[in-house]
Amino acid sequence: MSVGAPRGLASSGQKLITEMLHPLSAAEEPPSPGPDVTVSAEEKEKTSRIEFDLPDYSVRRRYQDFDWLRIKLEDSQPTHLIPPLPEKFVMKGVVDRFSEEFVETRMKALDKFLKRVADHPVLSFNPHLNAFLTAKDLNKRQGLALLTKVGESVKHVAGGYKLRARPAEFCAMGEYLDTFSQKLGTIDRIAQRILREQSEYLTELREYGAVYSSWAGSEEQLQRPLEGVAGCVTTSCGALEDLSDNMSQDFLPVLREYVLYIESMKNVLRKRDQVQAEYEGRLEAAVLRKQEDRTPIPVEVEKCQDKVECFNADLKADWERWQRNKRQDFKQLLTGMADKNINYYEKCQAAWESLITLLQEKQTEDKTSETELN
Amino acid sequence: MAEDSKEDSVASNVDSDQQTPDGSLNNSVLADGSCLLRRMEICVAEAEKRSGKNAVSMQETFTVYLVETRPIDATAEGRSPPPDSLWRRYSEFELLRNYLIIAYPYIVVPPLPEKRAEFVWHKLSADNMDPDFVERRRIGLENFLFRVASHPVLSNDEILYHFLTKEHGWKEMVYETGFQAKADSRLRALSATFRVRSPHKRLVEMKHYSDGLQSHTAQLLRARTRVADRLYAVYKVHGNYGRVFSEWSAIEKEMGDGLQSAGHHMDAYATSIDDILEEEEHYADQLKEYLFYAEALRAVCRKHELSQFELEMASLDLISKKQQREELATGVCHTNINLKQYAMLPKACK
Repeated sequence: MSVGAPRGLASSGQKLITEMLHPLSAAEEPPSPGPDVTVSAEEKEKTSRIEFDLPDYSVRRRYQDFDWLRIKLEDSQPTHLIPPLPEKFVMKGVVDRFSEEFVETRMKALDKFLKRVADHPVLSFNPHLNAFLTAKDLNKRQGLALLTKVGESVKHVAGGYKLRARPAEFCAMGEYLDTFSQKLGTIDRIAQRILREQSEYLTELREYGAVYSSWAGSEEQLQRPLEGVAGCVTTSCGALEDLSDNMSQDFLPVLREYVLYIESMKNVLRKRDQVQAEYEGRLEAAVLRKQEDRTPIPVEVEKCQDKVECFNADLKADWERWQRNKRQDFKQLLTGMADKNINYYEKCQAAWESLITLLQEKQTEDKTSETELN
Repeated sequence: MAEDSKEDSVASNVDSDQQTPDGSLNNSVLADGSCLLRRMEICVAEAEKRSGKNAVSMQETFTVYLVETRPIDATAEGRSPPPDSLWRRYSEFELLRNYLIIAYPYIVVPPLPEKRAEFVWHKLSADNMDPDFVERRRIGLENFLFRVASHPVLSNDEILYHFLTKEHGWKEMVYETGFQAKADSRLRALSATFRVRSPHKRLVEMKHYSDGLQSHTAQLLRARTRVADRLYAVYKVHGNYGRVFSEWSAIEKEMGDGLQSAGHHMDAYATSIDDILEEEEHYADQLKEYLFYAEALRAVCRKHELSQFELEMASLDLISKKQQREELATGVCHTNINLKQYAMLPKACK
């Protein structure tokens, strides 16, 4: 337990930079998926920090390994917020675990996880992270690999203590997280509904374009214009497909990841509550005993108090960091969504404008041929 | 062009106004061959709701359209007299068109805007009183008058002229032409099945083309309706973002204003679809015009077929009657066999 870990180191020296390469592009040998795990990811890191021997490292890791790392981090830094991993289990038959889209999405999430850990002033110094990034073979004990839910730590604080009074600021945090999580859920549902409606719209739009094509076949003078319209509609369809794909690959996963992040944060808040409850419980028992037979307050109680204060401080610092990152992430997310939509409309507009040019050319063509006939 | 119409119609228009207050006309006005639209400004300016008793004495509400006319030479001279105007119902436009179809069966008569709203997508009310529908109908009626009045043959029709200028008594004038009787018999004949022996190649091609055009425009209109429906749904769901962003902004400090504003933009986006789709209705109207034009073209081809069939029947009849006369005159029964008589043999034997 590194409760007293120095936090000042973050400002000194360079930060760790990690980069994730696409698993399928850099593979030397084909990845061999295990029974419960997906394709491995290859990482290259550039480091300029002193603890690392070499400037560059390149290792292969499986999802399992990320899971191991996260659990290790949670255990060794229980007062800190550990970023979430993408969902471990996916329903077989619902999602193709080897499809390019799924691998891409997962890789982006794993990349984000590592970057967040590497950016954290305390977590980035964790020896488990060091091992994860540099060791050729991770020597992890098999038992840990069987842990199921991401975010649940093995160690529990001795239970049974009830919290008396939670400080207002932590109450506020809890409420905020609940509401925020709810709103993200709503946004997720709306986004999914939009995707469904867009898909139906796309189907009808394709048929609509097809009618223009078929009509063009039975016209002479109108053939080119009608084909032009059909072409425009087809271009619009392609642009819409891109928009929908982007929504499901870039927008939705970030939303879902934040819901997991919120769950992690709530867990940390719960742990803090438990630590405070334990302290209060022990203190109360010690005070009673002191009143009975003058036994002095044991050292453990003071240590508990320290624990509570450190936890509160760590948590507040992490909270501020989390809020800052959240603002940045969502600004990026929503701006991205807006940009993609604008891009879609620009593509459609360009297509229709080129059609107008075609039609105007046809008009002048017709006029000149008319005057030639007369 | 202005000079032409000036010479042709200045005197006669003024004359007809002075001489014949009931509106009946000096035919020289119309006999010059240039179409009506070149001599007269026409527009369907407004629409109004009226209430009245209909043919079976029931109270009904209906829309009337203001038809304005003004001789072009009047504005050319620098004066700008107020236009003459009268109110017409859709049913009167229908009557005019039905008359023209019967009176000129060889002409593809321009179509009217639809009687009832068809190819509607779910949001659009199929209500004939809906102001958007009435406005689009007004445009369609004006378009109809433009097309008819610029047609080299139709524009010279008297009934048309009186439609534009004679508010009362016009209906009676139309009925007096006796076109209704012809209409009924034509209708019965057209729905009958018959085959022409030597079909006119060009007309068969035209009929075939009109079938194709009808089919394609109808398909297009149906597909467009479905697309409009789906597009509407996409936009409207975005409106839900408006609400949730607003709720979210309440729990944020730095991000609050941005989220609130984003919510408003989503609301604006969701409502923007209404105008977009209303505009598209005008495009659909133009497709419908050609759908109906295709029907009119087909009707002309059918009428031609009918006439040709009647002609063929009449010629065969004539041949047969001539033969009979010869037989009676010479007392000899010819053994010449023509195929028609051969076909009539089973009947004769009964």
